[in-house]
Amino acid sequence: MSAPNNSYDPVRVAALAPDEVDRMTAEALAAIAAAADFDELKQARLAHQGGRAPITLASAEIGALPPEARAEAGRRISAAKRAIAEALTARQADLEAERDRRVLIDEVADVTLPWNRYPAGARHPVTTLAERISDVFIGMGYEIAEGPEVEAEWYDFDALNFPPDHPAREMQDSFWIGRPDGAGRSGLVLRTHTSPVQVRSMLTRPLPLYVVSPGKCFRTDELDATHSPVFHQIEGLAVDEGLTMADLRGAISTFVAAMFGEGLRTRLRPDFFPFTEPSADVSMECHVCRGASTEPGAPPCRVCRSQGWIEIGGCGMVNPRVLIACGIDPDRYSGFAFGMGIERTLMIRHGVTDIRDTLEGDVRFTAAFGVEA
Amino acid sequence: MLVPLSWLLEYVKLPEPVDAGEIARTLTGIGLEIEGIDRVGHEITSVVIAEVLGIEELTGFKKPIRYCRVSTGGPDAERQVICGATNFSVGDRVPLALPGATLPGGFEIGMSKRYGRVSDGMICSTDELGLGGDHSGIWVLPADAPLGADFAAYAGLRDVVFDVNVTPDKGHALSIRGVARELSIAYGVPFTDPADAGLPDWIDADGESYPASIADPTACDRFVLREVTGIDPDRPTPLPMLVRLVRAGMRSVSLAVDITNYLMLELGQPLHAFDRSTLTGPIVVRRAAPGERLETLDHVLRDLDPDDICITDSSGPISLAGTMGGLATEISGASTDLVIEAAHFSAPGIARTSRRHRLPSEASARFERGVDYELPLRASARAVAMLAELGGGTALPGRTLAAAPIEPATVTMRADHPDRVAGTSYGAATVIRRLTEVGCEVRADAGTLTVTPPSWRPDLTDPNDLAEEVIRFEGYERIGIAMPRTVAGRGRTAAQRLRSRVGRALAGAGFTEVIGDPFGAPEDLDRLGLADGDDRRRAVTLANPIRDSEPLLRTTLLPGLFKAMARNAGRGFADLALFEIGNVARNRPRMPVAPILPVDRGPDEHEVESLAAALPDQPRLIAAVLTGAREPAGWWQQGQPPRPADFRDAIEAARTVLDASGLRYQVRSGRPAPWHPGRCAEFVLTDDGGQVVLGHAGELHPRVIKAFRMAARTCAMELDLSLIERAAAALGPVQAPAISRHPVATQDVALLVGADVPAAEVEAALVAGAAAAGSVAQLEDVRLFDVYTGEQVGPGRKSLAYTLRFRAMDRTLTDEEVGAARDAAVAEAARLTGAVLRGS
Repeated sequence: MSAPNNSYDPVRVAALAPDEVDRMTAEALAAIAAAADFDELKQARLAHQGGRAPITLASAEIGALPPEARAEAGRRISAAKRAIAEALTARQADLEAERDRRVLIDEVADVTLPWNRYPAGARHPVTTLAERISDVFIGMGYEIAEGPEVEAEWYDFDALNFPPDHPAREMQDSFWIGRPDGAGRSGLVLRTHTSPVQVRSMLTRPLPLYVVSPGKCFRTDELDATHSPVFHQIEGLAVDEGLTMADLRGAISTFVAAMFGEGLRTRLRPDFFPFTEPSADVSMECHVCRGASTEPGAPPCRVCRSQGWIEIGGCGMVNPRVLIACGIDPDRYSGFAFGMGIERTLMIRHGVTDIRDTLEGDVRFTAAFGVEA
Repeated sequence: MLVPLSWLLEYVKLPEPVDAGEIARTLTGIGLEIEGIDRVGHEITSVVIAEVLGIEELTGFKKPIRYCRVSTGGPDAERQVICGATNFSVGDRVPLALPGATLPGGFEIGMSKRYGRVSDGMICSTDELGLGGDHSGIWVLPADAPLGADFAAYAGLRDVVFDVNVTPDKGHALSIRGVARELSIAYGVPFTDPADAGLPDWIDADGESYPASIADPTACDRFVLREVTGIDPDRPTPLPMLVRLVRAGMRSVSLAVDITNYLMLELGQPLHAFDRSTLTGPIVVRRAAPGERLETLDHVLRDLDPDDICITDSSGPISLAGTMGGLATEISGASTDLVIEAAHFSAPGIARTSRRHRLPSEASARFERGVDYELPLRASARAVAMLAELGGGTALPGRTLAAAPIEPATVTMRADHPDRVAGTSYGAATVIRRLTEVGCEVRADAGTLTVTPPSWRPDLTDPNDLAEEVIRFEGYERIGIAMPRTVAGRGRTAAQRLRSRVGRALAGAGFTEVIGDPFGAPEDLDRLGLADGDDRRRAVTLANPIRDSEPLLRTTLLPGLFKAMARNAGRGFADLALFEIGNVARNRPRMPVAPILPVDRGPDEHEVESLAAALPDQPRLIAAVLTGAREPAGWWQQGQPPRPADFRDAIEAARTVLDASGLRYQVRSGRPAPWHPGRCAEFVLTDDGGQVVLGHAGELHPRVIKAFRMAARTCAMELDLSLIERAAAALGPVQAPAISRHPVATQDVALLVGADVPAAEVEAALVAGAAAAGSVAQLEDVRLFDVYTGEQVGPGRKSLAYTLRFRAMDRTLTDEEVGAARDAAVAEAARLTGAVLRGS
C-alpha cells in the first residue's frame, strides 16, 4: 500500500471525473453491443475489461484523489465495471443462443431415412401361438408334456381306446412306418394326434395331473387350402379326483377368454372320440361379430360365416378305459381332455385363409407375426 | 347318411308346424350332426300328370322324334308336344311340364318350335325331375295316376333331406329307424318302431326254408334265410319307394334290389338276395379256407383270406359276408325265385374283410358299427312280404334260423353316475327315464342301476356310455362352468424355456423360422454327400408316403430349409436367413417290432421299455441357412454392394444358439458333409463323458450347393438341440460375477502365430495363462481386435492383436502387476500355440 498522497495531479485524476467515467462506460457498452461474434466479443472484453482497459486504468488512479473524494469515485468506477461485466455476460449469452440456434438448424436431418441395416427375423406363428396357448394353461397350473412324433401304435390308438378293426381308427388316416428291413409291420406310426402324449403323461407323472401337449401330427391328407399331411395340435389333460364336465367347461372358458376376449360364450355339443366319453365338440361365440351377423339383415361375418359360433376343437371326459390302460383307478380318478388345431386357431384368430401359408416358409407370411403371436 | 324328413315323419309324430331348421339343430344337439339341409323338389312347378292320346312319328331327322297329343284331363286340356324318347305308348300316363314350368336346377320350360312343330310343354324323364337315372326314357307312371294332378305332390318330390354325420359309435343311427327314435326322444313325442311295422302275420311261422348253418359262431351269430318264388322281375319299383331311395342317395336298380336297399335304409339291416336257382346244396357261414377264391359282383376274382367271413354252398364261397355278393349267385333280370339273407355278423370281422378287399359298402359300414341282432327275422320277413306283394310272387312260409346264443350285456352303475360325470344334478328318476327312452331295461336297487341296453345299441357297454345318453338328451347346455382348480404347476422346463430362448435369439439376429417338410427323398442324402456309414443315412421309411418319391422321414433339417429357401428365391427373395427347430428320426440298429400291449391294465415297466426300444432315435435339431446379402442393400452403402452372408454368419448363428444355452463349448474346425471342408466350424462340449460334438456351421460344400441348385456360397448350420437341452438342463442358475469397482488396466498385445493356428486356441491359452498365474490382476476380458497377414509378418504367419482387460478385486493394480499378468498370459500362448509377442 502506498503512503497517503496529499499532493495530487489534477490532470492525472481527470479520468475519474464523472463525465469521463460515463464516456468510458458508454464506449464499452457500445463496443460490446456491436460485437457480432465470439471473436469480436473477446476483443471488446480485452479492450474494456482487461488490465489495459480505460476503466481499469482509471480505477488505479483512485489513490491519487484526496481522501474525501475517493469513496465517491470508487463507487462510480465499480458501477461502471459492473455494467460492463453484465453487458459482456449478456452478450455472451446472446451469441451462444444464436450459435445454438444456428447449429441445430444446420444439423437437421431426415429422420425418416431407413436405418434397417440388419434384417428383421421372426418366429413362426405356429410356434408362438402354441407357446401363447400353453402360457394360458401354465397360468392355470398346467405343465407342458411332450412326446415323440414317430410313435408306437399302442400309444396312438390302443391305449386311447381305438379298438382294433373299428371304424374309429379310419377317422385318422395314418402314416405307417415300414420295418427297416422292409418286412412286415413295425408297430409304429407317425402320431395322428397329440393324444399319445396323454398316455405317456399318465404313465409317467404323479396324480393329480394337469398337462398340455403341443406338437406336430400327421395324417395322410393331400395338401390343399384346408388340409395338410403335417399339422399341429395342442391338447390338454387333467386327471384328478372328482373332475366333471363343468371343470372341463371352466378350463375351456378360461382359455377362450384369454385368447379371444372376455365374455364370449362357449358351447359343447355331443361328438365322438374313442378316448373320451362323453365327448363334445367345442364352439365359442364368434369373437368378431359376437353373433350379430346371425340377425336378419345384419352384415355377413367372414370369420364365423354368419353362424355366430366358431368350432374350436374337441373335448370330453377321459374314457375310463383309457385310465385303466394307463394303470389309473377309474373309480377314484376322473379326467377331462380337450384338443384343438393350432393351424385352425391361426385361421380363426389371425385370419389365415390357406393352411399352405404355414408350411411353405414364405418369409412375408412369418415376418408379419414378429416374435409373438 | 341322407335322411328325407318325410320318411322320418312316418315314424315320429312331430308337432306342427314342422321346422326343418329346428329339427336340424335338435339332432345336432343330441349328437347327430346335421352337415347339410337340402330342400329338394320345391322349385318344381307346373308339372302335371297327363295321358298320351296319340303319337305321330316324325321322320327325316337323325333320331326318332315323336309329336305327341297329350291331355291333362277335362275340357281344353289337350296339347301337342315334341318328344325324343320312344319308351311310351298311347294310353300311358306321364309327367308333363307345362309352358312356364320350372324343373330342378331352375330349368324353365316354354312354348317352343322344334322339328318344325310347336311344342306346348315337355314330357319328362326321371332325370329331368331331379331323380337321376336314365335320361333317354320318359317316366311312365302307374295307370291310376290322377290326370291333371300336381306331379311333385303326387310323387312326393318336395322334401327336406338332412345330411347326418353319423359318428362311428352310433351304428343304430345309420337308419331311418335310429334317427327317428333319437328325434322322438329329443322332442318327447311318440315313436313307431318301423321294425314292428308292416310285418306279415306268418313271420313266426315254423318250418325250414333253404338249409343253412353257422360253422363259425365268432363270424356270425344270427343267420336267417327266407324264400319267395315266382316274382315278376320286370315289375317296377313303386314311385314313393323310388323317390325315397333317390333322396337317400341310392340308385334304383331293380325291384328286388330296391326293396333290400329300402329296408336297409329304413331299418339298418343289410339284406342280400340270392337267385335260388344258382344255389347248390346247404349254405354254411364260415371263414374262408386257404386258397379259396370268389368272383364278386364287381367282376373281380378275389383271393380270400382265411380270416374272411364268407357265405358258402356246396360249390364253395358264394358271397363275401356283409361286404359284397358273389357274381355267380347274383339275382338277374330273369330271377324269379329268391333266397333272402339277413344276418348278424361279427363287426370287427366285417371291418377287416371290407378293409382287406378295399370294399367299403353301405352294408359293411353298418355291420362294422353294429347292427341290431334282433332284426334279421323281421327284416327278412318284410323283404319277402314286399317282394311277394310288389313282385307278384309267393312268400314261402317258414324260415331258416341259424343262431349262436347272444347274451345281452348288462352295465351296473351308480344312479348318480351321470350327475358325477356332468357335475350337474339330474336325479335318479331322470336318469332312469332317459335310459328307458333310449331302449334300456333299468333295474334300480339302493342307488345302483342294473342296465340292459337294447339290442340296437351295442355301443352302450360302460357307465360313461350311459351317462352320455342322459347328458345328451338332457342337453349339453345344462352342464355348468366351474372355475379352474388351483393347481401347483412348475412352469416350463429348462429345455422348453431354452427352445423358446434360442428361437427368440435367432429371430433377433434376423433369422426367420420356417416349418420344413418332414418327408424326404433318398436322393437328398446323396446330394448332401453323406458317406455310407453316416448317421443321417439311417432314415425311417414310411409304408404309405404321400409321394412315392419322398418315402423317408428327414434325418436332417437342411434339405427342408433348402426347399423353403428355393421357394422364397422363386418369389423374389434372394437375401435369406432361415431357421428351423424340428425333430428328425434315425433308425437304430436291431430295432424290435413295437408290441401291442394289453389295455385292460396299465403296462409294467418292462412293457413300457419294450415300446421305447422299438422307437427310432428322434433328436430335436436346430438348423439355419443363409444366402444372398446378410445386410440388405441400403442408401448408407453409398453405392457399395451389400455385405454377402458368409460362413462366419452361419458360425455366428450357431454361437447365438449356444450362447443362449449358457453352455461353455469349444469351437474347432471340422470336415463333415455337407460343409466346405475348409470353412466349417465344429462345436464341441466337453463333459465328464468326454467330448460331444453338438453340430457344425459354415459354408456348404460347392458340390452340395450345385446338387441342390443353390446360390454360390450358401451357408448353413445345424446343431443337436436335444443334446444342448440336456446339457443345459444340468446347469445351475447363473452365478453373479464379482464386480470390482477398482480401475481397469488395459493391455494390447499382438501375437505372431502360424497361419493355421486357430484364434480360439490362442485366446484359450491367454485366458488359461492369466488364470494360472494366480495374480491379483484378473483377466476380465479378452477381445481380438485385429488379424493381420502380409509382408510385415512374413509368409505362413499371422498377427493376432488382443486387448486384455485386467482388474483387481481389492485395489488399483500397479504397472508391475499388470505387466506380470500379461506376460503370464502371453507365455502360455507361446507355450501352447507358438505365439511370439510382436515387437519383442
